[in-house]
Amino acid sequence: MSKALALPAPASARRRAVPWTVVVPAIPVLAAVLLAVLAPWIAPHSPTSGNLALRLRPPVWQEAATADRLLGTDLLGRDLLSRLIWGARVSLLIALAATVIGAVVGSVVGLVAGFYRGTVDTVLTKLIDVQLAFPFVLLAIAVVAVAGPSIPVLVVVLAIGAWVGHARIVRGLVLSLRERDYVQAALALGAGTPRILVRHLLPEVLSTIIVLATFDVGRIIILESTLSFLGLGVQPPTPSWGSDLRDAAAYVRQAWWTAAFPGIAIMLVVLAINLLGDGLRDWLDPRVK
Amino acid sequence: MVGYVFRKVFHTAFVAFGVVTLVFAALRLSGDPAATMLPGDASVDELGALRRQLGLDRPLWLQYVQFLGGALSGDFGTSFRHQQPALPLVLERLPATLELAGAALLLAVALALPLGILAAVYRGRVVDVAAMAFAVVGQATPYFWMGIMLILIVSVELGWLPTSGRGGLERLILPAITLGTHFAASLARLTRTSMLEVLGQQFVTTARAKGLSEWSVVLAHTLKNAAVPVITLIGLQFGTLLGGAVVTETIFAWPGVGRLAVQSVFVRDYPVVQAGVFVLALTFVAINLLVDLLYGVLDPRIRRE
Repeated sequence: MSKALALPAPASARRRAVPWTVVVPAIPVLAAVLLAVLAPWIAPHSPTSGNLALRLRPPVWQEAATADRLLGTDLLGRDLLSRLIWGARVSLLIALAATVIGAVVGSVVGLVAGFYRGTVDTVLTKLIDVQLAFPFVLLAIAVVAVAGPSIPVLVVVLAIGAWVGHARIVRGLVLSLRERDYVQAALALGAGTPRILVRHLLPEVLSTIIVLATFDVGRIIILESTLSFLGLGVQPPTPSWGSDLRDAAAYVRQAWWTAAFPGIAIMLVVLAINLLGDGLRDWLDPRVK
Repeated sequence: MVGYVFRKVFHTAFVAFGVVTLVFAALRLSGDPAATMLPGDASVDELGALRRQLGLDRPLWLQYVQFLGGALSGDFGTSFRHQQPALPLVLERLPATLELAGAALLLAVALALPLGILAAVYRGRVVDVAAMAFAVVGQATPYFWMGIMLILIVSVELGWLPTSGRGGLERLILPAITLGTHFAASLARLTRTSMLEVLGQQFVTTARAKGLSEWSVVLAHTLKNAAVPVITLIGLQFGTLLGGAVVTETIFAWPGVGRLAVQSVFVRDYPVVQAGVFVLALTFVAINLLVDLLYGVLDPRIRRE
């Protein structure tokens, strides 16, 4: 049966049945978000001021540990658990901001390119090609080399890395959607371009955008931590999982826990986000590969 | 085929031009390089002198033309730190980066192809579940963190392999694993999907009906047809590998282009950053051209598009 003729399931029925493949990974994701939001109240100690008398203490289950420093302390005697919780705040906030900017810019470009076709489309597609031919980390190095490392620069750089994927996929979808009868009917009835883009095309591609954006958050958390690890992202003393790993790599021999826990935090959060993306894709949008 | 090669080379030339423009835009529009290079207490006169020396006082379009000219003739200026032309300094390090990226690629392919094929053939069985678990966890693990953990466990605790530098196979193993695993994860996943798709097609049923053994169906009939998306991914991901090499080189003190570029950011050696980014980006573009040509050979249908 042709896809265009298939009646969509009633929205209410779709909403009722949230599958477990979405619910289960959503729990750790929401937990991480909650930790990040509530950091000032939950973190047992200050993330930035340490107690030099308690430097490099191991986690509680090891000898020489300090009872109220659950995951141990770093070189400056700062509580590792507190830094992880505050780091979640920084890392998630950056990833969300970059994802939203990238998704909005990319979707607008994709909608416009797919709808207008012709020269606009050719130019935008070439632009996408060029950027895909450019390893992201290199672009980040070039920009940070000149603009200097800071959180706003980081967000912009990461958004530059994210918009292309949205633009490419939304464009592809819009190219075929604009030929559908309902769009042609709206055109014939005299609907203006902005109205068609926003009222008729955007709702159709929204679920795809949401799925893509979910995967982007995971990817961007890793990219952010990578750049921060290189010293090109979040700068000390601001806690972020990546910049904590940068410090930890230097004295990993003396204190394995300082390197192990931030990495595990990144891995678990990204794993949950990716699984959530898989679940959302199967549920909302079987079209994306 | 000649027409196909011509089209691809033309497209590559265009992309290379775009990449040069993007490097220029990233380096010139995101701030004032002269201000970044000088220490914070530099005087206005010093700043002006450096801007003139770098040509930053000229109009932007002229800077762009000169940048293009410099890129074509391989002139990116002189490294402040090493007092030599920037490009040879970078090219000298390129073999090390290619060695690392190549080793990681080999490792990833050697790991991911059998894993993906086995997962597809034994769909839903233990091999499949294990392979996909590896893929999902591998994709969520930041590779620089894996590098640190490998150093900690394999080098420090077990003392099996050296932690840093280049030279000999024993120094290549850990960086290659670090860089290759992440890629192996996504490659295994795609190989599985691609194999499953081809295994469902009619010519595979025909091959089975002819009485061919299952493995000759898989290896002789299915694999070649499943290869195009896999090779495409390998080509596309090579850029990610080159980017990843930047990080891996930093962890393992591997003397490649990436490490040089990152160090140059910190000592504000702007010409070297420029040359390093440029060389790696063009390497990536050249590899994508090779991949395009290769799958024109593998799949005649692509040539006609």
